[in-house]
Amino acid sequence: MDSHDTNEPDVARPVLEGPDIARVLTRIAHEIVERAKGAEDVVLLGIPTRGVFLARRLAEKLEEITGRSIPVGSLDITMYRDDLRMHPPRALARTEIPGDGIDGRLVVLVDDVLFSGRTIRAALDGLNDIGRPRAVQLAVLVDRGHRELPIRADYVGKNLPTSLRETVKVQLAEEDGRDAVLLGAKPASA
Amino acid sequence: MMRHLISAADLTRDDAVLILDTAEEMARVADRPIKKLPALRGRTICNLFFEDSTRTRISFEAAEKRLSADVINFAAKGSSVSKGESLKDTAQTLEAMGVDAVVIRHGASGAPYRLATSGWIDAPVINAGDGTHQHPTQALLDAFTMRRRLVGRDAGLGKDLKGKRITLVGDVLHSRVARSNVDLLHTLGAEVTLVAPPTLVPVGVDTWPCDVSYDLDRVLPESDAVMMLRVQRERMNAAFFPTEREYSRRYGLDGERMAKMPEHAIVMHPGPMVRGMEITAEVADSERCTVIEQVANGVHTRMAVLYLLLGGNEPAVTHTRPNDSESK
Repeated sequence: MDSHDTNEPDVARPVLEGPDIARVLTRIAHEIVERAKGAEDVVLLGIPTRGVFLARRLAEKLEEITGRSIPVGSLDITMYRDDLRMHPPRALARTEIPGDGIDGRLVVLVDDVLFSGRTIRAALDGLNDIGRPRAVQLAVLVDRGHRELPIRADYVGKNLPTSLRETVKVQLAEEDGRDAVLLGAKPASA
Repeated sequence: MMRHLISAADLTRDDAVLILDTAEEMARVADRPIKKLPALRGRTICNLFFEDSTRTRISFEAAEKRLSADVINFAAKGSSVSKGESLKDTAQTLEAMGVDAVVIRHGASGAPYRLATSGWIDAPVINAGDGTHQHPTQALLDAFTMRRRLVGRDAGLGKDLKGKRITLVGDVLHSRVARSNVDLLHTLGAEVTLVAPPTLVPVGVDTWPCDVSYDLDRVLPESDAVMMLRVQRERMNAAFFPTEREYSRRYGLDGERMAKMPEHAIVMHPGPMVRGMEITAEVADSERCTVIEQVANGVHTRMAVLYLLLGGNEPAVTHTRPNDSESK
């Protein structure tokens, strides 16, 4: 979630640009079709904010490949966060589960950056209250390392080894007006 | 920061919109197989009800349980509880039991304020109706219902009720619902008109941010929502109107009057309704009447309030009246 840092780092270097992101999503879509043997029971659930846009884009690609419509929704993890009590309550985002639900389906969680893994743990808890998928997989645009929990991604757009002093910021046209992944430095005072 | 919810007048426009938006997300939990969220796990909330209530108490209890809080219900009915010291004793008992929040309904105006500011108790206090003073969560659920019906479920997100014309009809004098609604609707940009017999209009109403009229038929065609208030006979110690029949003929809502309202306008009632008095059965059972919807929305709205006050390490709702927030 630290990819959404509001204070812009001084020098942010783009590591993925718009066309790269499009190519990466196409590849992930093909991987999903391959591993899920046609993606017949796939449900894509994006984690707000940017995961939702990525999930919608992935669904479009999957529809192009398979010719079928792919259910896509969103899963807000705010109330399942393990640091809920450490901050003022956050505004809730939308949880939208596709009409047929997730029971017995292959749920692919979609997020922009995989970092500590705590967001994904919260998402798994949240799924628990919604239904029982056949299996859960994880697709992320960027894996920046530094896991704090035994969680890994099934589909990774780009492995980006980082130091903890760096920030990874994902920008998507739907929210930020352009597509990019930016690698920057944390402000020294932080 | 606001720790308590005592009065609808304490909420800023942004606070109120945040509560309504959060309530909209909470409403979606009601459609799930498991209607539960973990936000208040391990927190104990006491519902302290010194006055009769069906829907408010059950609504708060449902909201608390859906957020996984532990709930203690305390009904003071029948005991010789009077204001002042015994409220203090009760508060200190709750404090000793480690209660994390108190939801209080009291017959005396100002009792929740006293509880919140006296230093008897450290927990946040949520007013569930005090005397003829305030009932802030009722105003919030009413505003939520209006925004859904008049602006739209998704279209309303982030928006207030700017320019909506809301008419409150009936026993304004004894109505905490009216006071809370006038305050909150004004904050949200709506234009409020009170309609009541002159005997049931409180002294000092000219300082309220609303218009007053004595002619229901003239106001109805210009209303987006009409809220009928219950005639609170249990609080009446004098003859405020000659007969019930005269009251309902001049200030009651029947089918004929409802037809004068614009096509899109809704009829609201905080409940409990007295059918035949302020509202006829025909109107109460019509499609345009949102009474049942208001009850369902009450749970969502109270979940939002509880989450925003208790869900984090400090409340997410800011405060405008500084003298209230100084209780530690």
